[in-house]
Amino acid sequence: MTVMDLIQFAGGAVWAHRLRSILSLIGIAIGVGAVILLTAIGEGTRYFVLAQFTQFGTNILAINPGKTQTLGIPGILGGTTHKLTLEDAVALSRIPGVEAVVPMAMGMGRVETEGRGRSVNVFGVTADMPEVWRFTIGQGEFLPIGDWDRATAVTVLGPKMKHELFGDQNPLGEIIRIAGYRFRVIGVMEPKGQILGFDLDDAVYVPVANAMRMFNLDELMEIDVTYQSAQMVERVLEAVRRILIDRHHGTEDFSITTQAAMLESLDEIMRIVTLAAAGIAGISLVVGALGIVTMMWISVGERVSEIGLLRAMGAQPRQIFLIFIVESVLLSVLGGALGVFLGLVGALALTWLLPGLPIFVNEQYLMLGLLVAIGTGLLSGVAPARRAIRINPVEALHAE
Amino acid sequence: MIELQHIAKSFEVGGQPIFALRDTSESIQAGEYVAIVGPSGSGKSTLLNIIGCLLRPSEGAYLFNGEDVSQLEDRALSHVRQHQIGFIFQSFHLVPRLTALENVALPMVFAGIASSERQLRAKDVLESVGLSDRAHHRPNQLSVGQRQRVVIARAIIMQPAVLLADEPTGNLDTHSGQHIMELLESLNAKGLTLLVVTHDPNVARRANRVIVLADGQIVKHVKGEEMSAGSMPFV
Repeated sequence: MTVMDLIQFAGGAVWAHRLRSILSLIGIAIGVGAVILLTAIGEGTRYFVLAQFTQFGTNILAINPGKTQTLGIPGILGGTTHKLTLEDAVALSRIPGVEAVVPMAMGMGRVETEGRGRSVNVFGVTADMPEVWRFTIGQGEFLPIGDWDRATAVTVLGPKMKHELFGDQNPLGEIIRIAGYRFRVIGVMEPKGQILGFDLDDAVYVPVANAMRMFNLDELMEIDVTYQSAQMVERVLEAVRRILIDRHHGTEDFSITTQAAMLESLDEIMRIVTLAAAGIAGISLVVGALGIVTMMWISVGERVSEIGLLRAMGAQPRQIFLIFIVESVLLSVLGGALGVFLGLVGALALTWLLPGLPIFVNEQYLMLGLLVAIGTGLLSGVAPARRAIRINPVEALHAE
Repeated sequence: MIELQHIAKSFEVGGQPIFALRDTSESIQAGEYVAIVGPSGSGKSTLLNIIGCLLRPSEGAYLFNGEDVSQLEDRALSHVRQHQIGFIFQSFHLVPRLTALENVALPMVFAGIASSERQLRAKDVLESVGLSDRAHHRPNQLSVGQRQRVVIARAIIMQPAVLLADEPTGNLDTHSGQHIMELLESLNAKGLTLLVVTHDPNVARRANRVIVLADGQIVKHVKGEEMSAGSMPFV
């Protein structure tokens, strides 16, 4: 008995009970469709998040105060935590291979102009910020180059901020108040979007020294360092660590995150989220599998006499087993194919209905969906097929 | 060809063995036409199923063409059934979703015969039973007489040595039954061994030899021609 014979025989049985077959394969179709749709949303979100982070470039590392992996008891026995300062940032800028350093302090402040005002994020940065964060100036210029510890009352507006405060008017040279301090607007940024809930367009940028004074900060929130090439990452990382430990009296009380490591972690997290979504959708596949088991079980019960006949004419138990397995797999493959179709149509429909929702159909998940469907069919067919081969042919022939 | 030596067959019912056949010995030569008769529960079907290798005897030996098949494993028994034995059932046992041609070709599917050859052979055999114009009809589109012809075509498609018929005319009217018996006899005339289980004395009396069973044992042998029309020897 060839594979084609098996498929023809099983296909005939499936076709003979069309309505019942369609109803049972719909369960698998919904399961596979759900897996494809949810993984498409998961993958879309993954690429979206990664794109959000890679917009800052890849040859960048961030230094934050505090260490996530520390030992010891803070307080009595713990070592002193040293603050991340502007002097630290200056020291880091002298490392060979380092292109630019941006010390950053941040707070929330009310920004006001005549009659208008709103509370937004106020980023205290330096002149190199556009280069390091890959921002573009839309109008005017960015903060002037100068001593980092020198406060200068100038500011650059995010585009949404500019629109909210000035509408279509030219804001350059205008005076605004940020957290009660007067600043002169010298530039407006190009739109950049959001990251981790921070709307970078609904913000203002001031010199870091001003931000620290405004928000009464004695330490930086972050220092960003860019370096010339990816090959230098280890060398720069080591130099940064050595210099800061020296400056912090031998204590590694800071954390360094390279963009590559962060992207890797994010990628991993998003993959897990996607797989978890696929797993949840997979529950409906289990329900679909139960549908196929039920249908195959009924089918074996109805075809006892046929099984007896096949055995009488010399069919081996193995061949009977395969007939029912192939029938089950056929149902699940048809269900899987329908599920792939439904998943793709669903993804297209979502793209059309919710243009903002990131969706990416990964062909690996399409294949996985189909393979899982085939596996489901195989497993679902085993119990009914075993029941079929246990049927006594003599009793079966008298079953009618 | 068929040699039954002290065959017994018992079934467990409620933990107790119930004998359907006891100490049965019989010899059937190639080309014979034998009818098996007896009252209900006499063991006719059990005997036919043992001869057809669908049941293994509980005791005794069954030699088929000199080989003891009574202790063969499932796979080997399937092979014997596939190549040596053709079955004809009272209730036809045709697969309803398959056409007459496909039903006839079915045994060849399991024997691994190529599709093209299956088509040719099935057409030939259907023609030999006078159903070439019904090849693509499904069982429910055929008369009962035509269905039994399809069953006969299916039974002989593998060119078996023995044809076992269990009440072949049981579901047919007299006219159709007559045609079916003539068809079976023509096959027997060509050398096919024919064993017919029947309740119909008119069928039994056409056989060369009649085996009479009662209470799981052979109680009598008579020649077909010696049987009186309309009554059975056990009545």
